[in-house]
Amino acid sequence: MSMDIPTDDPLVIAGRTFSSRLFLGTAGYPNRRVMLDAVAASGTEMVTAAIRRISLAGEEESLVDLIGERAHFLPNTAGCQTARDAVLTAELAREALGTDWVKLEVIGDRELLYPDVEELLRATETLVAAGFTVLPYCNDDPVTCRKLADAGAAAVMPLGAPIGSGLGICNPVMIETICARSPVPVVLDAGIGTASEAALAMELGCAAVLLNTAVSKSNDPVRMAAAMRAGVEAGRLASRAGRIPRKRYAEPSSPQLGLVGT
Amino acid sequence: MNNGRDARMEALAGITVNGLAEPFEAATVAALLAAKDIDSDARGIAVALNGRVVPRTAWSQQAVAPGDAVEIVRARPGG
Repeated sequence: MSMDIPTDDPLVIAGRTFSSRLFLGTAGYPNRRVMLDAVAASGTEMVTAAIRRISLAGEEESLVDLIGERAHFLPNTAGCQTARDAVLTAELAREALGTDWVKLEVIGDRELLYPDVEELLRATETLVAAGFTVLPYCNDDPVTCRKLADAGAAAVMPLGAPIGSGLGICNPVMIETICARSPVPVVLDAGIGTASEAALAMELGCAAVLLNTAVSKSNDPVRMAAAMRAGVEAGRLASRAGRIPRKRYAEPSSPQLGLVGT
Repeated sequence: MNNGRDARMEALAGITVNGLAEPFEAATVAALLAAKDIDSDARGIAVALNGRVVPRTAWSQQAVAPGDAVEIVRARPGG
């Protein structure tokens, strides 16, 4: 017997509806074929892109032509260290990709790739005023997340752990708190290493997960993309179902009456 | 003694494209792209002139002058 689980559980960010709660990065795959197959296997409807100086030496592959209509683009401002650079990069991205969505990154520490909160807030305010749909990559800090939402961010994207570290969610208590209090969707961005951690993010209440390295640098990116899809779906279902309370001692599942023997 | 002045004169006479100095030759953004074999119709490309985005629709009109700094970017794989 099969039971129909209600699957009508769309995510809405800034008026755009997503049926997949997984956003995927496009960098670091063994080759473009694997990247495209991973995008397909993940079921994602939005992929990230970087904006970089064009190579004047010769032809590069066009990411836009590769992705085509498979997914929306979420351009990032990766590597920017000032609000000013991030704003210009977002403006270039809007022109290059025809989207006013931006994954806003302003980095304050090159080794940890941790956000510079002051610059991030400033850039968020500027870009929101300029009509952008801003999704800031931020610290797992409820105060910062609230300030970003107040500044008009369409979602907040706290890190689980440093970018590319694969450490998982280092502070699950605070991620859960941010999710419980945030007026805008919370997207767990950065740190995920494997599918169970993507599931955990969703169980903690996140609206979606954004990841890249965990898929692109796995031994089998296409298989890992499918695993992440399943993990996100499982975590979302579990979150909606509601977990049982934790107890310190056992409680038998089987009836206590009618035991065989004495 | 004249080195500083020479460098200034050279910078004034030329332009900077993606951080590299080059002689001033193309008079518009579109001409500059053509001179670099960049397809103006290709998707995923954007141009900034002196820190301001030049919309694609203005590429053929937008003048480039000696001393200008041009950034030509494209969407690349990213996380």
